[in-house]
Amino acid sequence: MLSRFFIALGAVVVSFFVYLGELVVLAAESLRSAVTHRMRWRLFMRQMVDIGLLSQLVVVITGGFTGAVFAAQTYFQFNKLGVASGVGAVVSAALFRELGPVLTGLMVTGRVGAAMSAEIGTMKVTEQIDALRALAVHPVDYLVVPRMLAMMISMPLLVAECIFFGLIASYLVSVNVLDIPGPYYVANMVRWTLMRDIIMGLSKGFCFALLIVFISCHKGLNTREGAVGVGRATTEAVVNSSLAILISNFFLTMFLNVIFPAGWQ
Amino acid sequence: MAVAAKPPMIAVRDLHKRIGPQEILRGVDISVGAGETLVIIGRSGGGKSVLLKNIIGLMHPESGEIWIDGQNIIGLGERQLAPVRRKVGILFQAAALFDSMTVEENIAFPLREAGERDNRVIEQKIADILEVIELEGQQKKMPVNLSGGMKKRVGLARAIISQPSCILYDEPTAGLDPVVSDSINRLIRRLQERFHVTSVVVTHDMKSAFHIADHIAYLHEGRIYFYGTPEEIQASTDPLIQDFLIGRATLAD
Repeated sequence: MLSRFFIALGAVVVSFFVYLGELVVLAAESLRSAVTHRMRWRLFMRQMVDIGLLSQLVVVITGGFTGAVFAAQTYFQFNKLGVASGVGAVVSAALFRELGPVLTGLMVTGRVGAAMSAEIGTMKVTEQIDALRALAVHPVDYLVVPRMLAMMISMPLLVAECIFFGLIASYLVSVNVLDIPGPYYVANMVRWTLMRDIIMGLSKGFCFALLIVFISCHKGLNTREGAVGVGRATTEAVVNSSLAILISNFFLTMFLNVIFPAGWQ
Repeated sequence: MAVAAKPPMIAVRDLHKRIGPQEILRGVDISVGAGETLVIIGRSGGGKSVLLKNIIGLMHPESGEIWIDGQNIIGLGERQLAPVRRKVGILFQAAALFDSMTVEENIAFPLREAGERDNRVIEQKIADILEVIELEGQQKKMPVNLSGGMKKRVGLARAIISQPSCILYDEPTAGLDPVVSDSINRLIRRLQERFHVTSVVVTHDMKSAFHIADHIAYLHEGRIYFYGTPEEIQASTDPLIQDFLIGRATLAD
């Protein structure tokens, strides 16, 4: 009974490491292809539109309402202590270092990661991937590389946009609804927000871009068994990317905090 | 064993392929001479499509050898297979058109990937080939708006536009009306006569098989059960072959 449990546990652990290995192989293949093979500009531009341009509304709304609610909650606590003008500093640090990159990552996973795995997965089950291969076109060159490059460029920009609108919304709520004096709010925010906070947020966005694109494309390329398989691949891509973002975010925070320590010094 | 008179363009030696628990191919030996048309017949689910996919490297066999134009493709990686695949075109059973592209973009795909940039050259080639497959003026349609037969013909156009020296057809006439079937058969013959294209055709359509084949191979239970000219297969007294030719179910089934 117990031995059966450990065998099952072992199988799960092994399959997890096999999965990680496959992701690393896909990442290596994509990065090598991006450097050594001809760039498909048309596909890249189309992905820039799909990923970068069309994700903006979602990201702006996410950032805006997060900034607004975070400002309000911080105010409710800080006001009791008589440091309401410090709300701007807290909101800004939180948005730059954690909320901006993580929430943008999760929203882009839902919007773009799902679409990637569904599109590539459908191509897989309808033999279109086989058709590409038979026409001597490597699926990684044609499908993964343009998406990877578009994500690498789009994600830091989307993170920046999310944070920007978060700060605007938090300012509007703080000044107009909560009656915090605007100049104090801004002065504290600027004083406590440093270049290293900005770099940290954008680097996290870049890392999440890679996680989303490789996890989603890998699920798409390994889709099996028709429509059900495409559905399963899409679900797993979204779940795995989201978890990867949340888990890696903790380690990124601990690691990046060594290089870019938090707080004003 | 199946040995062609001319030096073989495609040679398959003792090919074994397993999918899940099922052994699909159990030692297939066959060769196709340059410029020759081989028709592979056999029961549904007998591994004919699997054999074609192994020949172009889309599936990897458990054991055996596959020689394409003097090169053994077993063990080649995806990128190393590319030069071999440029010599071989394949028409998929369900056409496998790129559904996000128009008819025109689908057919132009191999040309653009091969580096052709001159749009006039591409347009002219597409217009020519659409005439051959009798789909003139359908350039702008999306695959979703095409009938099964039309898709198949566009798939055929995409397979032949870059003039490969060898073409694999997976059921080229299945689901087509008799008139279009006949035009596809003529096209296969014409490609062979004019460009000396080597063809491997998987089909159930015996009329088509007799029309286009130089040799016919009957794939049965994962092996080549019979190999011969159309005349030889018609003259065969083997009950299994006779049943297949006239479409009779035996009690053993």
